[in-house]
Parts: sequence; structure tokens; C-alpha cells
Amino acid sequence: MALDEVVVGIGGAAGDGIASAGDTLALALARQGLKLYAYNSYQSVIRGGHIWLRLRIANEQPLSPGNVLNCLVALNQESLDRHLPEIQPGGLALFNTHRVKRVPEAPDGVQLCPVPVPDLTEVYTKLQVIQNTVLIGALYALLDLPFEGVESVLESTFARKGQKVVDLNVGAAKAGYEYAKANFRTMENNLKPGQDKRFAVMTGNEAFGLGAVAAGVRMYIAYPMTPASGILHWMAAHGEKLGICVRQPEDEIAVMNMTIGANHAGVRAMCGTSGGGFALMTEAVGMAGMIETPMVCVEVQRAGPSTGVPTKTEQGDLFQAKGAGQGDYPKLIVAPRNVYECFETIKEVFNLADKYQIPVIVLSDLLLSEHHETVDPDRFDFESPGIDRGELITEPEENGQPYYRYKVTETGVSPRAIPGVPGYMHVAATDEHDEDGVLISDVYTDPTRRKKMMEKRMRKMEYLRKELPPPQLEGPEDADVTLVGWGSTWGVIKEAIQALKEDGITANQVQIKYLVPFHGKEVAEILSRSKKVIVVENNYDGQFARLLRSETLIKPDGHIRKYDGEPFEPKHIVAGVKKILAGEEEIVRCLSEEPGWRTEHPYPV
Amino acid sequence: MATATVELKPKDYKSNVPPDWCPGCGDFGVLNALQRACADLKIPPHEVVVVSGIGCSSNLPGFFKAYGLHGLHGRPIPVATGIKLANKDLTVIATGGDGDGYGIGLSHFIHGIRRNVDLTYIVMNNQIYGLTTGQVSPTSLAGMQTKSTPSGNVEEPINPLMLALAAGCDFVARGFSGDTKHLAELYKQAIQHRGFALVDVFSPCVTFNKYNTYDWFRQRIVKLEEKGHDPTDFVAAMQEARKMGDGEVPIGVFYRNPNPRPPLDERDPVLASGPALVKRPMGITNAEGRKLIEELM
Repeated sequence: MALDEVVVGIGGAAGDGIASAGDTLALALARQGLKLYAYNSYQSVIRGGHIWLRLRIANEQPLSPGNVLNCLVALNQESLDRHLPEIQPGGLALFNTHRVKRVPEAPDGVQLCPVPVPDLTEVYTKLQVIQNTVLIGALYALLDLPFEGVESVLESTFARKGQKVVDLNVGAAKAGYEYAKANFRTMENNLKPGQDKRFAVMTGNEAFGLGAVAAGVRMYIAYPMTPASGILHWMAAHGEKLGICVRQPEDEIAVMNMTIGANHAGVRAMCGTSGGGFALMTEAVGMAGMIETPMVCVEVQRAGPSTGVPTKTEQGDLFQAKGAGQGDYPKLIVAPRNVYECFETIKEVFNLADKYQIPVIVLSDLLLSEHHETVDPDRFDFESPGIDRGELITEPEENGQPYYRYKVTETGVSPRAIPGVPGYMHVAATDEHDEDGVLISDVYTDPTRRKKMMEKRMRKMEYLRKELPPPQLEGPEDADVTLVGWGSTWGVIKEAIQALKEDGITANQVQIKYLVPFHGKEVAEILSRSKKVIVVENNYDGQFARLLRSETLIKPDGHIRKYDGEPFEPKHIVAGVKKILAGEEEIVRCLSEEPGWRTEHPYPV
Repeated sequence: MATATVELKPKDYKSNVPPDWCPGCGDFGVLNALQRACADLKIPPHEVVVVSGIGCSSNLPGFFKAYGLHGLHGRPIPVATGIKLANKDLTVIATGGDGDGYGIGLSHFIHGIRRNVDLTYIVMNNQIYGLTTGQVSPTSLAGMQTKSTPSGNVEEPINPLMLALAAGCDFVARGFSGDTKHLAELYKQAIQHRGFALVDVFSPCVTFNKYNTYDWFRQRIVKLEEKGHDPTDFVAAMQEARKMGDGEVPIGVFYRNPNPRPPLDERDPVLASGPALVKRPMGITNAEGRKLIEELM
């Protein structure tokens, strides 16, 4: 049976060049109008170990890593041993006979495709990584895709190194392509390459960087931390050309304080980190709330607690973000749901941060930030909705009134003068202060003014909540079950709903983007009409379910959770929904359990 | 640094909030000297930003008429750095106490020197935690009895001047708040220095430090310029910086690098290539954005 979509897995060790092989393949497919979703399961080593990159390829945009494996490109023995048993009937395994000496028995209907790479390119003796190019060429042949896709990418990738290097790489790929055509069966599939429109291959982190550029960010400040470093690398690579000052200070405490200092002085400055770094930042996030300085931080969650599993995904920092810093202060927490929203969110939240003079935490995760997917370049609008600085005073104005930086207003927002403007001098203090900025913390007691200032700041939250678009129900109103998720699980839940439909279960979806402030009333209204409510989230303790319950008083009928480091696949959610509807379990704890995910404990006890 | 065309007096830098320090606190002298230095340099008050941490001394911005940011304990340097990088036209002064700068904020102090942003860092060093009512500080002398060291401090004090010199600070000075005229001159030189400048100030805590009193300092203080110290001599600066507590307490300019490193705003290609960041236009066109996306196609 011809497949409508193909999942290719490339396995090897760190240092085998999987990322560049994956990039070549992804770009080649995107240039031919195919859509893909790629996710890399990697580990925290620079050389060795095992890395597993999966690319799901289709004519329509895939929204998750998918459920199965169709084609394996094994760059070493371990990858073949691990993943061969996972390949679906009709699939194939490609490998280099020089790297793989022992070929395990293939599952029924799986084609073994040994490629004698050293015989196909002389370069191999000097540069073993050329095997990736040969195998990508062979894969292209077996998927019956036109070779021009690979050729064009190799040409553009190696153009800077000269025609000789280009010819050498294209020659290696072509040799793989022709060898595969001559020796193996092509895989039947319905992929339709050669469409006119070209797509870009983008990660969430790159989209955050592009969003920052569109928002007019002039400074990006970060300390390296996986999985947020992609933003730092993108900004550093483009900063000089775009006039963005990129700094890497000594720790995340400095990062956040510098970011707030820069925003206080009137530029738009952004910072990024993961959970551990954010833990160091939290006191200063509260400072931004208290001195009413806008700030935007992208917190890319990884599997915790503590150092946790640095290269694995999780949605475990919701409570940390929500509870960041001591005391109550206004803040916005947004979890973009896909790569387009990573871009849109940064533009949006800088305007909101300026308008309400509050800190904003953008909650991403390793899956959203680091996975690659094809995106339509026409959907990126750098000029709309435009930059709105809110009530910002950058020039003196003669109105005869004394300036009160923290003037009490109906919305709680007071005009903000930046340092350097004559006539507006004030102190922004983290101590409680009055409307003029003068401290009231050191007086004997002042309950009236303290209450007034707390209410002034916190009032912003009500106006902010009203301004944010409330969540919408996606799918049929009268579905058997409503799946509620937040942030990055939007796509996988959507695909699970499609799969459930094929099994006769109708489901709809509410995917929350704005977590704080929360649209409690609106969400309660939607969910009160649901027959069953199931919360899907990538953590152990149901942090979102707890937030949902506290904001809506709704107790979900079931929970589907995953905290094994790997992202949800649609099948996990499908199975979970069925178990919950059958009354077998209330909390389904998912596991990626195919043989390829398993490891022995590395050292004998 | 712009200069005002009208004459400025120290009182032009005086806010309408009276300082709430204890009578006799050394920080009064620090404040007065800073007001005098800014007036002498004719820096318009609205072009000055004083950034502080937390502690008695960090209340200073409230009493100084300028822009101020009274931030978190130990963090004035990164905040001041952010402000200065965003707007290099401002005169940015970071202040705080010894606990703030040499304790909880020590790494920012060292990295601030390494980063060499054009800041003046004034540390009001009273060798005690005053606001929290008298605990041992990173500069408390060994043996000192405090609320948290009732049997005497068994740790040695940090030497901030030697640390600063070792970290590569191009301007290192120490003053005494009992001599505000001398202190103001140090501030003027520090503010005019292009790069990170440290002025450590012995600023006695009359309430909680019964050891390092005005009298204690007056008996020991020696002015470096009077003893013929050459501030361009790094080794001599180190030797003078070593002296603390036993016999002699030198004050003055310890070190002024005759070949100072260029400050960060001259080295960072983005900062160096145009006006202050805050004065640059924001955003890009769709055509420019499209080019960025095409890198991924």
C-alpha cells in the first residue's frame, strides 16, 4: 500500500553529522514543496552516544513527530540494532556496509539496503562523514523523489567552498542515488514533490529570533543553556547586521538585571533561558513588576527537576513561571502553540509589556523550540501589527504638572519617562513607594498608601485579561470528549483527534496560550458544555490541570501525562483517551516504549 | 558626557527627600561628595542615572536628584550595565555597600571590571551589615564581634582593591567619607575615566561598627598623593592595596592605567557603529525580514 506520509529516522553517534544530514534532507524536501516535522532525540555529549533524528514527511503539514518509523538511515551499528525492529512492513533500512558489520534479522516486509559507501566515493577514506551524503542520495532514490532536490541543497551548502567541493558532494549523493535505484526496490508512496511553492525549514527558536527582530529588539542577553541557546546563536549570528547588541554575561542573575536595566533605559531588550536559569532570574522578574519596567523573557522548558535531563522536553515549569519571585505583581505568561506563534508572540508581547509596563514570560519547551518544521514564508509579517510603545515619555513636554512616575490611574498604567529626559527625574525603587517614587517602606507604617499602590499595579491584570483573546473551542461542539492542553501540544492533540475520529470517537480541543492572566470564566463556559474533559500535559504533577481547577473549579474527568523526556506522539493520546473513556484509569502516564528508546544502564552495578 | 551651559551647584543634585541614615553615618559624606563632583563636572542631573542595590547605602538614589534605580541586593552593576549599553549618552553611577558589592554581588563586580562598561562604581564600605542590624560583612576584619559572630570573626576580609587590580580594573581608588573634598576629587576622576572605575569608600557605620570608627580611620589614613605614590605603577598599586588595618590605611588613586582598555561601547561592533541604541529606529521591513527567512529556504 502506498503511504501518504513517510517517517524517516536517522540514527548515529554525536559527531556523525546527523544534524547536517538532517538539514540537507529537510531543506531538499522543503525546496520541492513537501512538508515535514523533524524532531531530534539527542543527549548531552559532544562525541559518541546515540542520536535519533526523525523526519516526518507529507504533502500536508505534519504537526507532530508521528507514531511510527518507515525508513531507517543507520549511520552506525548501534542505530541499526536499536531501530530495525521498529520499522513498519513495507519500510526499509539503509546503512553503510563499512560501518555496519553485523546485520540483524529484518522484520517481515522490511527491505535491508546495504550500501558499500567506500566503493561509491573515494572521499570516504579521508572523510567518513561523506557517508551521510551517499545515504541521503540513496534515500531520495528509494522514496522515488527527484534527485534535483538534494543536488540544489548540496550546491548552496558548499558553494562557498568552491565548485570542486560541490562536485564532490553532488557526485557522492548521485552515486548513492544510482546505486539504490539499481539495487533496491523503491518504496511506494503518495508524496508529491515539485510543487511551485518553496517552504522554509524553521525551529521555534529561530522564530523567536525573527519575532524579536520584528518587535524592534535592540539587545538580546543570555547565558548559554540548552534548549534556549538556539535563540542566542541565531541572535549572535545576525546581531551585527541587524544592529542588535548581543551579550553573554556571567550568570542568569546578571542576564535578567541587565535586560531590565536596558528596558528601563528605553530600548526593547529580550532574554532567554531554561528552567534552571529562570530560577536564578526570578527575584529580578519581581523587580520588573515592582518598578513597572517592561521585560520579555523566553523560558524554554526542559525535563527537570534540577539539572534534570537537559536535552529532553517537558512542560514542567508552569508553576515556577507563575510563582516567579516573592509577592504579588502583575505579569503575563504566554505559551505559543506552534512555530508561527513563536514569531507572532514576541511581537505581541513586547507591545503588551510596553503598554502595561510588566514582565512577560514566554513559555516554550525543547520540543517547540528545537524541532524543525516547514513553514510558509508568506505567513511572517514583520510590519504588522506594528510597534506600540504605550505611554512612553521620550521628550520633555511643558504641561506645568509635576511628574509622578507611579501616578495612580484607572488602568494602573502610569506614563513612563526614560532616563535622560529633562523634567521627569524619579527613582524606580524595588521598595514599596508612593506615586512619586518615594519609598514608603521605611516609615513606621502606611497601610493606606501600601494598599493603594498594590491595587494600582494589580489593576493592570484585569485590563490585560480583557485585552487578550480568550481561548476557543476547536472541533465539533457535541464531541464525546474535550482535550485540553497548553502551548506546544497543540499539534499532537489535533492529530490525535483526527485518529480518534477514525476509531469512532469524536473529540474537540481547547488549547490554552495565555496562562496568566487566565480566562477562567470563558474556559469554564466552554468546558461546562463538554461531555468529558481530559487534560493533556507533558509533566508529572498536572500543573496545568491544577491551574485550570483553581481558575474554573472544573475537575477534569481524566489526565494524560508524559514525563519520560520524549514528546507525545498521537498514539499516546489516543490510547489514553480510550483508557479514560473505558473507566480503566483516571491518570494515564504515557511512555515511549519502542525498543529503540530502551537502554541498558550504562555501567554495571 | 554632555555638560550643562548653566552653572550647577551641589544643591541642584539634592532631592527633596531627607536622608534617613543615622546621625553621623558615613554615607552623608559620600552623598555630599557625589553632589559636588557632578556639579563640578557640570553634568545635567537628568543625564545622570544612579543605580543601587539594597542596604543602608543603597538608599542613596532617593536623596540624589537625578534618575535613579534602587534595585535588588547585589545587582546594581548588571542593571547599570543594561542602562549604559542601551543609552551610552548617560552618566551611569552604580552604588551600594560592601555586603552588596563584595558579598552577594561579587561576581558582577569582577565581571563588570572584565566587561569594562563605562560605569563608576562607588562602594560605601562600612565593614558591617547595617540595615540588618549588625552582622559580619565580607570586609569585616578578622576577630570582629558582630551579631552573627559573637565570638569574633574567624574569616579574613576580602581585599576589594587587590581584586579589582587583579581583574584588570583601569581605575582603582579609595576614599574616606570623613574627607568629602578629597572624595569628590576621586569621583570626578572616576566619572571622567572611560571604562569601569572603582571608588571604594570607607564610610563608617556609627551604630553597628564599633571598631572601624572615624577615629580609627583618622589615625591610620595616609593620602597616596602625599606620599609620592605613582598611580600608573601597577606593582606599587598592588603593594599599597595590600595595606589594610595594620598601621596604615592608604586613600587616593591607587591605579590609573596609562593605556586603558577601550570601554565596551567602543569594542562592541553594534554599540560602536552608531548613536545610542535607544535613539535608533526600531523594526524592519517585510522585504528585509524575507531575506532572513530565505536563509532557511
